Amino acid sequence: MGFRTLISTVAVLALGAGAALAQDQSILVQSTTSTANSGLYDYLLPKFTEESGITVNVVAVGTGQAIKNAENCDADVLLVHAKASEEAFVKAGFGVERSDLMYNDFIVVGPETDPAGVDGMSDAKAAMQKIAEAEALFASRGDDSGTHKKELSLWKMAGVDAAAASGGWYRETGSGMGATLNAALGMNAYALTDRATWISFENKGDFNIAVEGDPELFNQYGVILVNPERCPSVKAEAGQAFIDWLLSDAGQQEIAGYKLNDKQLFFPNAPK
Amino acid sequence: MAFALVLSGDGDLYRIVALSLRVSLTATGLACLFGLPLGALLAVARFRGRNAALVLVNALMGLPPVVVGLLVYLHLSRSGPLGFLGLLYTPTAMIIAQCILITPIVAALSRQVLEDLNDEYAEQFRSLSLTRRQSMTALIWDGRFTLLTVALAGFGRAVAEVGAVIIVGGNIDHLTRVMTTAIALETSKGDLALALALGIVLMVIALGVNALVHSVRMSAVRQAYA
Repeated sequence: MGFRTLISTVAVLALGAGAALAQDQSILVQSTTSTANSGLYDYLLPKFTEESGITVNVVAVGTGQAIKNAENCDADVLLVHAKASEEAFVKAGFGVERSDLMYNDFIVVGPETDPAGVDGMSDAKAAMQKIAEAEALFASRGDDSGTHKKELSLWKMAGVDAAAASGGWYRETGSGMGATLNAALGMNAYALTDRATWISFENKGDFNIAVEGDPELFNQYGVILVNPERCPSVKAEAGQAFIDWLLSDAGQQEIAGYKLNDKQLFFPNAPK
Repeated sequence: MAFALVLSGDGDLYRIVALSLRVSLTATGLACLFGLPLGALLAVARFRGRNAALVLVNALMGLPPVVVGLLVYLHLSRSGPLGFLGLLYTPTAMIIAQCILITPIVAALSRQVLEDLNDEYAEQFRSLSLTRRQSMTALIWDGRFTLLTVALAGFGRAVAEVGAVIIVGGNIDHLTRVMTTAIALETSKGDLALALALGIVLMVIALGVNALVHSVRMSAVRQAYA
């Protein structure tokens, strides 16, 4: 009796979930912790839902994991920030087309005591070299996210083999942006973060922005519809409607309108 | 702050609490359906490899939630064997993961309880020449008050874990966000005060469930032996 009851219970639950999904239109977006932690979606999505009647469900993970999940067909739309990986994703047939959506920039934040003497620098490469020379603590995402990929490219540019110092001054947290900032604060370590997460982060302690303004620190976000030919489960129509809205004048204006502490967090730059 | 949060009657908070309870209580119920008969069987039956089975069930009590989450994810993913069900990122997926996580706990703990009970009753069962099935049912019925504590241990583990539900649920706002994933999210936003407040709310809920079960049990015991 037990087993049969169990099976029917699971079936009822499954059907219930399926029916709920069929009733109201909803799409699943795989996205990054930086966009979610900054509060952008809480601001943006209700506006789109009101207009279209489509509910947008967001799973916020690192860019690497988001792409992996989308490759497994567990998404309708991918919204991340690692252009090279995104283009590879489309080229491999997982996505339909990639569009630039918006940008902001990366910054290096660090403790007030500034052990590496990089405060106020605008040359990212030189700053990374100074941090490595001083062997000042640096908290890395270490999770294959967009921010992590950017950080690795900065170390490469600076000619520093940070991985060799792993566990020494180079600390890989393997966590999301916010968790890594919490860790950096706890260790008095420098960290690379996107500006949006930093502005909305509420546990800044005595940390300041140390390095900013280098063109190398540009942070581009892109949006991709997961290929419905490869993944029949993809809700192509609703997903495309969401992308079209994001790229439209109305959507772009809403993105520009999202401010925290009077600071604009994301700058729309969809192709006209 | 926790107090203010509850008193403010925040609709989102109630939804998150309700989902936490729904997921973890359902998972506990299913785990009992599976785990209690298994525990009773292990308590009563004597078969080759029984010791190995006991060690295995006991070891599975230490299943890491993230590993369970990963296994369930791989099965429920659209590219996995059960992907056609479309269950990933739904409360059902979270129930399945927690059920897998705590069934060994229910089985192992109930086995211990029922085996002790069986030592007392075994002769009586033999004199009544009960079948194995009948003795298992009798044991579970007679141990029902103690088994409530076993169920509570399972519930406690389910409601407190974050590793499995965040992978298979995705912590989606208004859909699969539960107490523990909300706490993880607020922590990563750096809003430690709110995270802690949510933590206190979670502990109060756990306390409430335990108090409720305890009082039900007390009054049932009084009635049973009145």
